[in-house]
Amino acid sequence: MTTQEFVTFRICDQMFGVSVSEIHDVFRPAAMTPVPLSGAEIAGVLNLRGRIVTAIDARSRLGLPPSTKSKTCQRLAIGVERYGESFGLIIDEIGEVVRLQESELEQNPVNLDATWSGVSRGVYRLEDRLLVIMDIDRMLAGAGAEDAAAAA
Amino acid sequence: MDDLLSEFLTETSESLDVVDVELVHFESCPDDKATLNNIFRLVHTIKGTCGFIGLPRLESLAHAGETLLGKFRDGALDVTPEAVTLILASIDRIKSILAHLADTQAEPTGDDRDLIAQLEAAAEGGLQSRLPPPPVAKVEAPIAAAAPEQGDDNGRWDADQGRYLRPGEVSLADLEAAFRSADGPEVREAKPAAVAIAEPDEDRKAGPGASTIRVNVDVLESMMTMVSELVLTRNQLMQMLRATADSEFKTPLQRLSGITGELQDCVMKTRMQPIGSAWKKLPRIVRDAGQDLAKKIDLVMEGEATELDRQVLELIKDPLTHMIRNSCDHGVEGPAARAAAGKSENGTIKLHAYHEGGHIIIEVSDDGAGLNTDRIRAKALEKNVIDAAEAMSMTDAQIHRLIFAPGFSTAAKVTNISGRGVGMDVVKTNVELIGGTIDLKSRQGAGTTFIIKIPLTLAIISALIVGVGEHRFAMPQLSVLELVRAGKRCEHKIEQINSTRVLRLRDRLLPLVALSDVLNLIDDRGDPDHACIVVMQVGDTRFGLIVDEVFDTEEIVVKPLAKRLGAMCQYSGATILGDGAVIMILDPNGVSKSLAGAERAISRASDEAAAAAAAAKGEGDRMSLLLFAAGSAEPRACPLSLVTRLEELDASTFEMTSRGHVVQYRGRLMPLAAAGGSIRQEGKQPVLVFSQGDSVIGLAVDTILDIVEDRLDIQLNDTAPGILGTAVLKGRSTEVMDVGYYLGQADPSWAAAAAQLETRRVRKRVLLVDAHPFFRNMLAPMVAAAGYDVTVASDLQEARGRLAQDAAFDVVLADADATSPDALAEVSSARIVPLSSRRDTEAVPKSDRHALLDAIERAIRTGEAA
Repeated sequence: MTTQEFVTFRICDQMFGVSVSEIHDVFRPAAMTPVPLSGAEIAGVLNLRGRIVTAIDARSRLGLPPSTKSKTCQRLAIGVERYGESFGLIIDEIGEVVRLQESELEQNPVNLDATWSGVSRGVYRLEDRLLVIMDIDRMLAGAGAEDAAAAA
Repeated sequence: MDDLLSEFLTETSESLDVVDVELVHFESCPDDKATLNNIFRLVHTIKGTCGFIGLPRLESLAHAGETLLGKFRDGALDVTPEAVTLILASIDRIKSILAHLADTQAEPTGDDRDLIAQLEAAAEGGLQSRLPPPPVAKVEAPIAAAAPEQGDDNGRWDADQGRYLRPGEVSLADLEAAFRSADGPEVREAKPAAVAIAEPDEDRKAGPGASTIRVNVDVLESMMTMVSELVLTRNQLMQMLRATADSEFKTPLQRLSGITGELQDCVMKTRMQPIGSAWKKLPRIVRDAGQDLAKKIDLVMEGEATELDRQVLELIKDPLTHMIRNSCDHGVEGPAARAAAGKSENGTIKLHAYHEGGHIIIEVSDDGAGLNTDRIRAKALEKNVIDAAEAMSMTDAQIHRLIFAPGFSTAAKVTNISGRGVGMDVVKTNVELIGGTIDLKSRQGAGTTFIIKIPLTLAIISALIVGVGEHRFAMPQLSVLELVRAGKRCEHKIEQINSTRVLRLRDRLLPLVALSDVLNLIDDRGDPDHACIVVMQVGDTRFGLIVDEVFDTEEIVVKPLAKRLGAMCQYSGATILGDGAVIMILDPNGVSKSLAGAERAISRASDEAAAAAAAAKGEGDRMSLLLFAAGSAEPRACPLSLVTRLEELDASTFEMTSRGHVVQYRGRLMPLAAAGGSIRQEGKQPVLVFSQGDSVIGLAVDTILDIVEDRLDIQLNDTAPGILGTAVLKGRSTEVMDVGYYLGQADPSWAAAAAQLETRRVRKRVLLVDAHPFFRNMLAPMVAAAGYDVTVASDLQEARGRLAQDAAFDVVLADADATSPDALAEVSSARIVPLSSRRDTEAVPKSDRHALLDAIERAIRTGEAA
């Protein structure tokens, strides 16, 4: 039985999980600089210990309403390193680390919204709620890339 | 990979690059012993190293090359281009074997007997006597039949090695003898024959000094990154220090700051390389191209020592190579054509690099035939790069720049060297990618010069920090020309044409674009009384960028954008400021694109404005005249100052009404009249726009030819309607238009009757007084065309002066709208004809040519009668 550790976090009312190995760090996004003309899901760029991090607003990416916490610094971001670049995925609340069996991962329900099924690897049925396992690569790639992948 | 092998590969490929250059040099001056010695030594070292680490195939090839070179060195053979080509070919073979080695760490299978045989034959004088290469069997025979007595001069038996010696090879016994006979200090002489180490050669200026070491580029890169971080941290600390009044950290921090700065400079220096290293391959390329094309081309290189960032160097290498090939192929003519043009048979391509204010300028010039403007124009039309109207309206320099257009290649035939249609546009794109610009100058028959301007480094740039609302952006200082503050209390203010904003800046209209518009920021259009304008130059385009605030300049470390953001052309990167904030770096090229649509019209408008200003200042009777073609091939002219704008309107937007053609122009209907030819049904219609008060009228012409400044001397009066007469302009007889006639056709309120011109007996003198340049310019030629001698005054003051000086005026035409011309009656006996731009007064309407000429005639008659 192979198990995997997931970091759970909350976006809106939904719990998500990402493999521990994929997460670089968790930080509070401070002094974010918005980038005019960029896509809606790009919250901005920020300086994280001398690195420039591109912050992605997970709510916007998933088509959820903007957070009531107007200031991003009240929120949290998951730091991810991809292709030599640093990304920060802005989430609402960080959860805990859970160990789950790989065999228990279920396919996405067929009626799941296309945006969501695009970034979801599958779903775990936890006792009290459902945990959506997020595909970070797709999450970062942006809505446009998804369509391109579908077309290809 | 094996350390030894990788070391060998790096060293050998460096040596081979040098050999390439040296050989080409050697070919042109075979007497240069130092060059030959250097080549020999390099090839020898390669051979030695190959033997040392067990690469038999490379070794035998290098050996054969070395033998031939040895003969040159000894003077046993004369240097011929064929022989040099042969050696170059073997160098190429060595390179390909090396490439294979680098990939697979083993020598490729197969052998080089063909080349070796040729090399050996050449070494035996085979090439000179045109003997066929000796049969391969001859080389192999001694190995097969181990008979000592078969040995001849090029195959002596060596007992120690148990095989025949290759041509030029020394037997071990001889070598021993050489060693023994040599004196201690001179052992060096025999050393090359033994092993692989390159001798440090003090007397060669280009030779690598012992004080250099090889450092992995990655190490340098990471050093650079870390120093950048250090600089940022330093900036942050300094900012904190400024905030506190007195601190014990002050002194150590300032030292830290200084050291950091020095460290940054040092690390920057490690990234710098002389541009000559990117030029190493060029002599070979020019030589080969010259041979292929049967041209004689000399390559002159100047400023090889000019240093620039390694990264920039890498990026500029390919474009340069391509341009040199292009110059060989298209630039320099063949010897026959050169001789015919009275030039020396040898064409020259010159590379010149130098620093200029934080930039490196690289000039690639040839003394060839120059660009063929007509052929480029024809080709551009054929390839639909431009349309016919554009082709006519473009200047030569603009036409020349078309060679940078994508998919453009004028080579009549595709040659081995160039002409595959991926050409100068790729060069231009590559140069622009690194923030550079490329331009060219060409003179027919005298050659072409390409000028590439590239930044020294990409890593750290000086930038201007500007602010719009809450946002801050960095703007590369290189493209900023100046800063202008505009507002109520300032000298400059932003003006609007339609909704386009412009700025008057030293007799030119500068098109403006707001950064908030470019970036689509929510903006209340700022405070118009407190705008800063960053005047920028991107290529040929000059424009002003409106920002709310300009903070300061900072040396910023350019960080690449995440790929997600990289697609946006407005940004070239991001940076971290001293206060720790991340800001975006604007890309001047991208920003200028927002201007693209409006740009042409505006720049032309400003040209016109400049021309009009020049015309207004112009002394005496010279005036600017617009030459155009309409209806006939003969040029026609009208005073430029009458023309408000030149436009190219889309003919499909023209509408037909009962009064003729109209077009919607800047929010109003503009009647159109044809000046001779017909109004086009489709495509672009050049239109001269005239305006008076609130009304505008368009005059459709076939093409706009030129603007000349000349004295308008109408020599022949014409009876044709709409023509005032004929004058000589730019050496051609030119019909001067009666603008009023055509305008009257389009709009009767401009009423100009096509009156018959009366023949004049004596030239009567007329003084025209009008404060309005429009009317002065319109009426003066018209009255002059009617046979009067016209003098112009812009106000009553001037008119009085003229009358006082010279009382011999017959008639004074004076504007009655603004002034009271009666005041002139005191100083002159001349008849005064009041003029008005309105038709509802007693004064003669200015727009009615017939009435005006009538009034002059009457005034003269009454004057004569009196």
